[in-house]
Formats: sequence, structure tokens, C-alpha cells
Amino acid sequence: MREDILHAMDKNARISVTDLATILDASEEEIRDQITEMEKEKIIYGYHTMINWDKTNDEHVLALIEVRVTPQRDQGFDAIAQRIYRFSEVSSVFLMSGAFDLMVIVEGKTMKEVALFVARRLAVLESVLSTSTNFVLKKYKENGMILEDDKKDERIIVSA
Amino acid sequence: MRKYINSKLEGLPPSGIRRFFDIATEMDHVISLGVGEPDFDTPWNIREAGIYSIEQGRTIYTANAGLKQLREEIARYVHRKYQLEYDPLHQILVTVGGSEAIDIGLRSILEPGDEVLIPEPCFVCYSPCTILAGGVPVPIPLQEKNEFKLTASEVLEHVTDKTKVLVFPFPNNPTGAIMSREDMQDLCRVIVEKDLFVISDEIYAELTYGNEKHVSIATMPGMKERTLVINGFSKAFSMTGWRLGYAMGPADLIKQMTKMHQYAIMCAPTLSQYAAIEALRNTDDEVEEMRKEYDHRRRLVLRLLKEMDVPCFEPKGAFYVFPNISRFGMTSEEFCQKMLFEKHVAVVPGSAFGESGEGFVRISYAYSQEQLKEALRLMKEFIDTL
Repeated sequence: MREDILHAMDKNARISVTDLATILDASEEEIRDQITEMEKEKIIYGYHTMINWDKTNDEHVLALIEVRVTPQRDQGFDAIAQRIYRFSEVSSVFLMSGAFDLMVIVEGKTMKEVALFVARRLAVLESVLSTSTNFVLKKYKENGMILEDDKKDERIIVSA
Repeated sequence: MRKYINSKLEGLPPSGIRRFFDIATEMDHVISLGVGEPDFDTPWNIREAGIYSIEQGRTIYTANAGLKQLREEIARYVHRKYQLEYDPLHQILVTVGGSEAIDIGLRSILEPGDEVLIPEPCFVCYSPCTILAGGVPVPIPLQEKNEFKLTASEVLEHVTDKTKVLVFPFPNNPTGAIMSREDMQDLCRVIVEKDLFVISDEIYAELTYGNEKHVSIATMPGMKERTLVINGFSKAFSMTGWRLGYAMGPADLIKQMTKMHQYAIMCAPTLSQYAAIEALRNTDDEVEEMRKEYDHRRRLVLRLLKEMDVPCFEPKGAFYVFPNISRFGMTSEEFCQKMLFEKHVAVVPGSAFGESGEGFVRISYAYSQEQLKEALRLMKEFIDTL
């Protein structure tokens, strides 16, 4: 049941409790309880709106920064990751396998702003060995959604 | 100049769905719940396999019966899904959609005057194909109170000395009815006793809901040797436009059907056949995803109908619901036309699927949940004015 609720909410976070109850063949109360429980357990840790900022007047740039760091005794990568993710400019931090250690995703208004953040805040941290900043130029698909998808229903209107 | 059109063909009435289609296409901004095909795109791995086959220059005929590799995959697939056992070399024919299989199946079996039992309401092609094959269609009106299942006694009431074939279309378009193993027990005894041959159209086999899994009638005792199973890729894999189906049955029948297919068609489209191999091998997860989504929509539509007090039995298969609109005192065609004109919502009159569909409408849920909600909100507004 929990997984079914999550799959449905993953597709549409705004789906109503009534609709969830209908499509999953459960009572509204049961659905409401499960969602509350999952919020408490941080299985559901937030609700996010997917926004195509390119269609707004807001300036918005996104950079994926590959960071190589020196892990620390007893704390591994956790301590340095924490020092990085506390910056409000940083939207995501992932520990990675491969050629670098941390993937840091930074959102800012301009490329210059992001570059300066990297130079002044990130690169200077003691454990950081190197950074490589990659700016996102265009988003094609994000979170399973194709952004410029204006596909129309071309099926004939009535068929047997 | 002499009259050159075949009179049997000319005498066939145009399908009821066609009349309604003509009206609906004339109108702007119609919200349709009228289509009989999936709204999902063909999963990308299948499309990719089709593109690759073209790139590789596989643009030539295949064997008449279809690629050997594809027939072998079909044999494996129907075995793991429905416990059906067919020899890919002699008992499987790849056709241009399930429709071709129905047509050449009937033409390979019927002699002039042979009667064909057709449970109605049903998909629109069985009766015309029977007539064109020289047979005589005998409709069996199915009952809402039986959840539109076919019973042994209904067959007995309609069977005569001339009856040769029973068309068995489950899961059913337009009702969404299915037949379980228990439902088929008495029925199969009658079929064997009356020595009938069954054409089992199982195109919606993959789309059953709740705890119900599709049971092929060919797996019932004594039935395999007297059944032609028809299936295809259109519904389960969202591949309607690829035009690919298959027929499985006794080797002597498949041999004759292959001959007819060879003269009329040559072979099913090569690119579709390569794509279909990929579909059968690597698409189980996507098919299950789509099935789940249909099931969610099915429940949503049933709830919304209940809220507007329109009685509807709970269908367990395909992607249609078949509510009863008789209490509004209109024919199903009047109901559908009035709703189309007043609310621009298109659903299909039940009468388009046979006389016994009168008093019902077919609502397809091969649409997004948003569209279903909007269309049914308008349907509620419409009903409130009646």
C-alpha cells in the first residue's frame, strides 16, 4: 500500500486523498494515516514543484559542480559534505563513485554569481582538492518529465 | 455498364460507430472518451528496435507465417503468460493485426450457410466478416445481470444443426466483461457436445484487473483442438499502428490460413515483426505499469459514475466501462448525440456494438485521469439537466 501511494504521489504530488483512495481501493482515512506516518518517518521529506524557470522572467542558472575532496579520519566524507550543503546556494549534494567525490548542485541567478560562490566559498575549503563547474544550458527532461512536450492526442476521435 | 459491386458487401450496414464518428469529427473542441486504442506511446525500447531494423536494411519480406524468431518468442510468451502450448513452426501465424486473423480464420472455416454464434454486445467486425465469408451470424444477446458473461444455456438456446463456430471475445470490448475458469466450465461441455469450433479473440488478455488473470479458453479440457486463439500487440504493448497480431490453433487450420494470408497479404510488416520480438522479450515492466494505470482509471471512472447515480457493473478487463443509461428514456444513440451537442463530450452508443447494447454507452478510459475527470464532470452536468 505504501509503495502504491508513493508511486501515485511521485507522478502527481497534488493528487487528492479522495482520488488516492479511489484508485488504490482503500479508505480515505487509511490513505491519510499512511501519508502522515510517512511524513513523520521522513519517507516523504517534502513536496516540490517542478518549474520551468526558462519560461519566467526570473534569472535562473543551475550548475553541477564536481568536487574532489580529502576524506577525514573517522568522519569520511560526511563532515565535508555537511560543510558544503549548509550553504543556502547549494540545492543538492551527492556522494559519488567514479572520478570525483561529491556532486554539488548550485542554483543562482547568474553564471557569475555561481562562479564566484565556487571560487570564494567552495574551492577555498580546506579539504577541497579541486572543483569543476558545469553549467546547465538546457533542460530536456527532468524528474521523468519532458519539458517541451506539446504532444497532442492524434487518435481518431471515436473508434471501435 | 453492369453493376460491379459485390451485393453482399453493399448490403452490409455501415457500422453505428461510423455514423457517430462523422458527427463528432464535424465538431470543435470535443472531449472524447470514445477511442478503442491505448493513449500510451509504444514503449521506447520497442520503437528503437523498429528504427534499428530499418537502419539495418531489414526492409524485405519475411516468411509468410512470420519471422521464425518471432513465432518462437510468441510461443514462449503465451506459455509463460497463459500456459498455452503451441508449436511455432506449425501452429502460429503472424498476421496484420488481430483483425486479419479474425477475417481469415472465419474464411478458412466457413462453408456457405454455416451459422456463427456471436455474443453481443461485441467488437464490430465479427458479423460482417462472417457474412463476407458466406456464413450466417447468429447474435447471442448477453445480459447485464450476468455481468455480460456468456452462459452455457445461452449457447444452447441459439445453437442449431447448422452452427459451426462460436466467436468468444473476452476480455470484452465494449463491456469489459471477462470469463473465469469457473465461468467457462459448463460452457465448454456444451461446446464439445455440440461439436463447435471456437474463435477466441483474446486481444485484451493482458488487461485484466483485481485478482483476475486472463484464462484462455484453449486451456480448458478438450478445447485446444477446437479453438483458434487470436491475440496481438495493439492493446498490451500500445502498438495499434504497427498492425501486428497472431493466430494460434490446430496445425491443419493454421496451414490453410497461412495459404490465404500468403495470397492476400504475403507477410506482416517486417519492421513491426522485429519490434515485436523486442516487445515480447523486454517490456514486461512497462506493460505492467500501463496495466496498473488503467486499473487506477477504471476505479476512478466507476466512482464518478456512482456519484452521478448511473448504474454500471464492475468490469474486470479491457479499458472500457459500460454503464446503463436506460433510465433517461432515450436510445443510447440519442443520449450520446445530445451529450455531444450540449457538452461536447463523446462516448459511444452501446447499440453500435449490437442490438443488445441498446440502453448502454461505452466509456473508454484510455485517457489521462485529468481528462476522465473533466469529461465525467461534464457528463454529470448533462445528466443533471435530464
